[in-house]
Amino acid sequence: MATPFLRGFWKLTWVETKVFVREPMGFVGTLIMPVVLFVAVGTLVSDIQPGADRVRGLPADAAATPFNAAILAALVIAINGVQSLVAIISIYREGGILKRLRATPLSPVTILGAHVVVKLCFTVASLALLVLAGRRLFPGVMEVNTWSFGVALLLSTLSILSLGFVIASVVPTARFAQPISAMLLYPMLSVSGLFFSLDRMPQALKVAALMMPTTHAVGLLQGVWDGSGWGTHWPNALMLVVLFVVYSALSTRVFRWE
Amino acid sequence: MRTVISVTNLGKRYGKTVAVDDVSLDVREGEIFGLIGPNGAGKTTTMECVQGHRRADRGAISVLGLDPQRDSTVLRQRIGVQHQEAHLQKRIKVWEAVDLWSALYSRVVDGDALLERLGLEAKRNAWFMTLSGGQKQRLFIALALIHEPELVFLDELTTGLDPQARRAIWELVKGIRDRGATVFMTTHLMEEAERLCDRVAIIEHGRIIEVGSPAELVRRHCPQRTVVYSTDAGTETLHGEGDDFITDVIARIARDGIKVRGFRTEIPTLEDVFLKLTGYGIRD
Ligand SMILES: Nc1ncnc2c1ncn2[C@@H]1O[C@H](COP(=O)(O)OP(=O)(O)OP(=O)(O)O)[C@@H](O)[C@H]1O
Ligand SMILES: [Mg+2]
Repeated sequence: MATPFLRGFWKLTWVETKVFVREPMGFVGTLIMPVVLFVAVGTLVSDIQPGADRVRGLPADAAATPFNAAILAALVIAINGVQSLVAIISIYREGGILKRLRATPLSPVTILGAHVVVKLCFTVASLALLVLAGRRLFPGVMEVNTWSFGVALLLSTLSILSLGFVIASVVPTARFAQPISAMLLYPMLSVSGLFFSLDRMPQALKVAALMMPTTHAVGLLQGVWDGSGWGTHWPNALMLVVLFVVYSALSTRVFRWE
Repeated sequence: MRTVISVTNLGKRYGKTVAVDDVSLDVREGEIFGLIGPNGAGKTTTMECVQGHRRADRGAISVLGLDPQRDSTVLRQRIGVQHQEAHLQKRIKVWEAVDLWSALYSRVVDGDALLERLGLEAKRNAWFMTLSGGQKQRLFIALALIHEPELVFLDELTTGLDPQARRAIWELVKGIRDRGATVFMTTHLMEEAERLCDRVAIIEHGRIIEVGSPAELVRRHCPQRTVVYSTDAGTETLHGEGDDFITDVIARIARDGIKVRGFRTEIPTLEDVFLKLTGYGIRD
């Protein structure tokens, strides 16, 4: 028999999963859309023959390759998860659901942790679909160590997620949650180094970009992909951890339950 | 009789807004205690401080002999709460909510039996968002009772419900007390307080201005009685005070042999007491 604490945690996680899957756009939007996006963008930019060996060693700002499309799609998946988390938290807060859950013996960490687990599970499922689609459509390009890529993306997602909690704490009402988090997260992608190199940016923008988890996520994921790996990109990994700690600490201070 | 809740000189403000100025009250074991007052009087804030969900600025609170802040973990297992205007996940099913809540407490009653008692057995598989207002409130009562708490908090339980649903809920609340639990509730509705509560406290601007049983308060503040009767000659209205007044009027009518076509009495209610003490009415 599990302790009441764990029982509550798994029950809540399972309930939140079911509730999420029942949402009209929940399932399709999270699992299918990013893959469709990847396939579309990947096909569009694919100037190389499937199976060609031209990908390794490309310059960092060579955006028009299927493997950058894959990174883009992976990050979209992560950001999707974060956005959906921000939306759920603000809806739960506005409706008094968070307050009602807090009045039970559930601990605050459990209440929020259940959502994080649900989001991570869907992120993983979505990524698996992405990899499957990539292997079929762009053979040779998806030759990346899935585990290494998976760990890098998990780290990236957690870091972006912690920023999501800060956003969730400050959005005034549920109606604004979606637009505000989109307005913050997607521009982050545009300066993340995925589309043009950080070195070409103005100094101020570059500094700002370095404070964002997306930038380091891109750096690390590209590194894992082009083979330079964790050895070269450990500063990105470190920054993801640092930002995760900083944002988490910040959100525990500013988080509002009602 | 044991005191279940004891509040002394409670104070709570939000920034510059004084929500609770100075509240002292005692709730006794086995009673339905009602906190009544206009919008913004501080009912919810008082209740949440007592539950331990909000930290008071000053004053002392004891609930079941425990400190709601320090002993919140123990207390949560022993109290049941229903919040004003609460919601659940839109697409959670009724049985899932009951099942989840059942997993959180160390000792629980049978969920299905509880749903049946509350008339929700047909809605077991319904999503929360598809329930009517009355059904939602009954589900919240179920969640508040799943662990057989000794003390149940109900904040504006029937606001927005139609008269049938309201009455059905009143019966449920009486049932909670009859099973031995204590109920601490707030309401806007004087009729509800009068029918349901063993004792009420009237709160205004964060202060308790009067406490007692509804009948006691009516006797104390509005002793006047009115009798209106009509005869062939017209309508007669008589005012008086005290429990014997109506009997006296009837005796006199009988003695004088007056032929009465209509007869009606007006006895003040808690609402009249409330209006008199607070100077304005409550709009539902
Ligand atoms: N979270 C909050 N932040 C700021 N002010 C608040 C908050 N909650 C309540 N207040 C203010 O405190 C005062 C008391 O509010 P409270 O909710 O306790 O009143 P109430 O008697 O329950 O009212 P109602 O009958 O409308 O439910 C009000 O002036 C309200 O505006
Ligand atoms: Mg209230």
